[in-house]
Parts: sequence; C-alpha cells; structure tokens
Amino acid sequence: MKTETIPPVTDLPPPLPPKKVSPSRIRWLRRRRALTRFWAQFRTNKMGLAGLVILLFFIGMAIFSVFANPDRLDPTITTNGPVLAGPSWAYPLGTDRDGISVLSLVVEGSRTSLFVGLTASLISMVLGSAVGIWSGYRGAFSDVVLMRVTDAFLVIPWLALAIVLAAVFGQNLWVIIFIIGLTSWAGTSRLVRAQVLSVKERTYIERSRALGGSDWHVVSRHVLPNVMPVIFANTILTIAIAILSESALSFLGLGDPLHVTWGTIIEDAFSHGALSLDKPLWLLAPSACIVLVVLGFTMVGFAMDEIVNPRIRER
Amino acid sequence: MSVLSVRDLEVTYSTKGGDVPAVRGVSFDIGKGEVLGLAGESGCGKSTIAGAILRLHAAQTKIGGAITLDGEDVLGLSPGKLRATRWTGASIVFQGALHTLNPVQKVGDQIVEAITVHHMAADKEAYVRAGALLEQVGLPPRRIDDYPHELSGGQKQRVMIAMALACSPSLIIADEPTTALDVMVQAQVLKLLRSLQNDLGLAMLFITHDLSVLVEVSDRLAIMYAGKIVEEGAATEVFHTPVHPYTKALAAAFPQIGDPRFRRHPSGLGGDPPDPQHIPSGCPFHPRCAEVTDVCPEIDPQLWEAGAGRRAACVHAVGAPAFEASQP
Repeated sequence: MKTETIPPVTDLPPPLPPKKVSPSRIRWLRRRRALTRFWAQFRTNKMGLAGLVILLFFIGMAIFSVFANPDRLDPTITTNGPVLAGPSWAYPLGTDRDGISVLSLVVEGSRTSLFVGLTASLISMVLGSAVGIWSGYRGAFSDVVLMRVTDAFLVIPWLALAIVLAAVFGQNLWVIIFIIGLTSWAGTSRLVRAQVLSVKERTYIERSRALGGSDWHVVSRHVLPNVMPVIFANTILTIAIAILSESALSFLGLGDPLHVTWGTIIEDAFSHGALSLDKPLWLLAPSACIVLVVLGFTMVGFAMDEIVNPRIRER
Repeated sequence: MSVLSVRDLEVTYSTKGGDVPAVRGVSFDIGKGEVLGLAGESGCGKSTIAGAILRLHAAQTKIGGAITLDGEDVLGLSPGKLRATRWTGASIVFQGALHTLNPVQKVGDQIVEAITVHHMAADKEAYVRAGALLEQVGLPPRRIDDYPHELSGGQKQRVMIAMALACSPSLIIADEPTTALDVMVQAQVLKLLRSLQNDLGLAMLFITHDLSVLVEVSDRLAIMYAGKIVEEGAATEVFHTPVHPYTKALAAAFPQIGDPRFRRHPSGLGGDPPDPQHIPSGCPFHPRCAEVTDVCPEIDPQLWEAGAGRRAACVHAVGAPAFEASQP
C-alpha cells in the first residue's frame, strides 16, 4: 500500500525554507563530534594511549615495508650478505642462515602478520555479529539452533580444527585467514546476542515495528547502532588473538611458505637452532614483535571497552 | 462506516505457566471523528487490545475474533501488507514517551523514519514535513535537530504525537499518553490531542486508567474489567450516572473538589483485579462487588442494553433479563 504523495493533514504551515546545510554534511559533522568525544575519553586512559603508541609504531612499520620493499621479500632468493652474522651497523639484528637481515625480515613480517590479524578478525566480526543478531533478535527456534552451533565452535579445540583445515585446504595465506576467522567468531556472537536481547526489549524497538518497519529496518536502524560499540571493542581484542593464532599455525609449519610472517621467522629460527647457534636475536626479535602487538591491541581494546561499556568504567 | 470495528476479540498470551486469556470477547466500533475511551484497572486488557489492532504481539499469542480497520481485515493480512498498514492505517502514541524514542537518534530522524519506511516522501520532503508536524504539535521546527534527552517529558510526548500524525492515519491509538506526566503537562497534552483529533477528523482510541481524563476527551466510554467490557455509553452519562457497580466504584474514587462528603472519606475499591488464569465464576466482578447477590456467582452477564445508547454487563442493570435466585 505505497502512496505516492502524502495526503495533507490539515492546513500545514508553509514548508520550511530548504536547509542551508546538506544532509551528508550534517552526518559528517555529527560523526566528527562523536569521534571527538570518544577521543577525549580515550586520551585520559594511560593504558589505552600506551597501546595506541605501540600499534602506531607497528602500523607505521607495516606501511614502511610496503614502500621499502616493493618487490616483496622473496624467500627463494638468496642475498650475498654474511650468513648468521651478529648484530652490526649494516645488520642491526644480525642475519639469518640465508644472509637476509633479520630486521628486514621482521619489518616485512609486520605487514603480513597485521594483514592476517585484521582480515581474520573482520571475518570473525561479520560472522559473529550476524549470528548473534539473528539469534538474539529472532529468538525461538533460530536462537536454539544458532546457539548450539556457537557452542560447538566454542568447545572445538580450535588448534586441532585449524590443523585439519590447513592440511585439507593447503598452506595458503587466505586459507589461514579463513581458518582463523572461522574458529574465532563464537565468542563475538555470544556477546552480541546478549546485547541484542537487552536492546530488543526497549520500547523504541516496538515503536519502530509499529511504524511498519521490517525486521531488516529495525535491526539496521536501531539494533545494530546500539550494539556496534560493543562489536567494535570486541573486534580490536580479536585482532590480537588472530595474530597469535597465525603465529601458532606458522610455528607449527602450517603457514604460507611464500609469505614472511613473524610466525614463520620464529619457526625458521627455531628449526635451525638459532639458540644453539648463539643467535638469540633471530628468534627474539619476531617474538618481541608479537608480544608487543598483542599487548598493544589488548590495551587499546580494554580501553575502548571501558568507554563503550560504562558499567566496567570504574574498574 | 466505522473506521475501526472490533468483533469478539479474544487475545490469549502463551506463557510457560499456561495460556493467559487477557482479552475475552470484546466488541466495539469507532466511527470517523469519534473518540472512544477505554478505561479499567491495570491488567484488565486495555493495552493488549491496542497491540492486537496493529498485531504487535508475539507470534505465539493467539488472537481470535475480527478486527476491521478501514474495511481491511487486520487479522488476515499478509506480513508485508500488515507492515504497510501499520502507521498508515492506525498509529500509536505509546505510554511512556521517555522510552519510546531512541536515545541515540535525533527526534527529527525518528519522525522521518515513519515517513520513509512507507516510501511516502523523499528524505528532503520528509524532513520538511517533520518540521511542520512539530510545529503542529506546538514545538518549534528547529527541534528536529534535538536528541530526546534535550526535551522535557511533555515535549517528548508531543514528538510522539507528531510521529503518530506523520503518515496521516485514520485511527490514532493513544495508549495511556499522559502517564508519567505532571498534571499541568497532562492537561496540555490532552488539549492538544483533542484539538488535533477535532481538526483532522481523526478516529481515536484513548486508553487510560484515569476516568477523569477520559470524560474530558472521549465521546463514548467503555469500561473494561477482567478482559471484558462491562459498561459502555456516552462519556458523561457513564461517568455521572454509572450503571455497573464497578463503574460506580471507579467514578466514586474521584473526589469532588469542594464537596464536603468527600473530605476525610476517600472512597476506593477494595481487593485486587482477578488473575486472568483464575477468573471467578459467573460475573467476574462479584467477589469485589458492593451489590452482590446470590445469582452473581452463577450467571456470566452479557452486555445487555441498559437505556438509550447504554449497555452494561450486570444482572441488576435496568435492561438485564430477570434471573431467579437459585436455591441452595
């Protein structure tokens, strides 16, 4: 029953003069204001700021690696540098058994590690939010089925599943991203479902339904914006887990052999006995990077969690 | 032709503790430009009727009878058609406007939402209309840029009324629109609703537990008790010369200011409304009734004619058929 024009209610007052500001600009201004407010809260959190500094450092490193090494570091080529050299001015972190600078390996690895972490948690975020919203909003039968599936993914030992999947689908970077995304969404969906359950009982949801809004309309206009901050804070924490997972898979030799990641460097160093060769930096440099990045994401994630979830603000 | 016609409406909620019949056979009509007031205690099924008209209840809630809105059978509508009918056929001014507005969206956006959901206008025109609607309910149009927390309770309720008018529905359901407002603001909101209804020739279903409010705004009055209408008639008649003992008790609960008889002797109705799952036999009101006789627990009274344009469900009412008291 779509009507083309609105029937006049009564003697409506003359229409307003058109607004001087365009709607898209209003939206932009509004977002900027929200962001400013968020930043004002975030900057008071020392832990969050420290995490942000760490992350900016590594993100800068990843961006730098794109420009510093446009041909990518090809693991099949050899360089003519000294093999297994100690730290020097030319090679601040020494070289590996192929004579490649460990520093350039670590810088190169930052890009892939961050890429895997971000992409995998993006998959996890989309999947987890979709399942959580569907399950929480629809309730009843869908809820039971989806939550049992979620339970299954929660209890499956993810490493075993990941090893099986990697063995079946091969050691491709995208396969690894997909595996990590597929095994880490369950927690997000639980969290999102809990939020949706509380949001969907609010009266403005009923109003929106009474307005004639479809489920899609209600979810996208009212439910999603209300659970978005939680999803976002949770995703930041998921990135840390995804990077750890990638390193674990690579360390077990399931990584993509054509890409250098921090995990593959550790695996390489470990299997060639970096410690017994007295070359600890080969092993420690990528490990330190993983620890720092995970720490950075966790610190930023907790700080954001405190802002979007006022109940835990006074921890 | 009546805008809304409800016949033998029965609404039964399914709960873990069994079925709860909240509305048990209610019939009424609302004509164009008419205001029907629906009154009764908490839990007697008033808001359940409001929800049933737009089918807002959960899927497992059983609805029986017939609801005809603008000649369309609401209970038989397909989900898509139902969504199109919501707000264009009938809109609701919810109780407690404080929670009915999304706190994170501007009020203008929420009025526009009502218009654009039905593809009635493009964004730009919808915003212009939202401003005009706000002006109509006595708020400056620039308020469309305000968030709900920037408005007072009365202003929020005005926004809700503007929203209810957004799609020019033929029926407005006002579900306790004045609860949680102070008396001054209550009077303003009532005046606004009444004048809009008058000017636009809207049909209105006005639900409240406050009889004094209803007498001011409604043309006809229906009193509900335990999921049924127990008395119906012209508003002033029902209020001033009630037939049913329940209506009498409700009307007597409002003290007449200045009347010495009401001083120090507030009159009320003892007891609690019955549990919908265990409704007393016969007349559901008999355990609390001041005029109860032997026949009351045995005969379930129907809405009998009780004078011109009046109906009441009491065996003692004027038009009720005579019943013999059963001998023990």
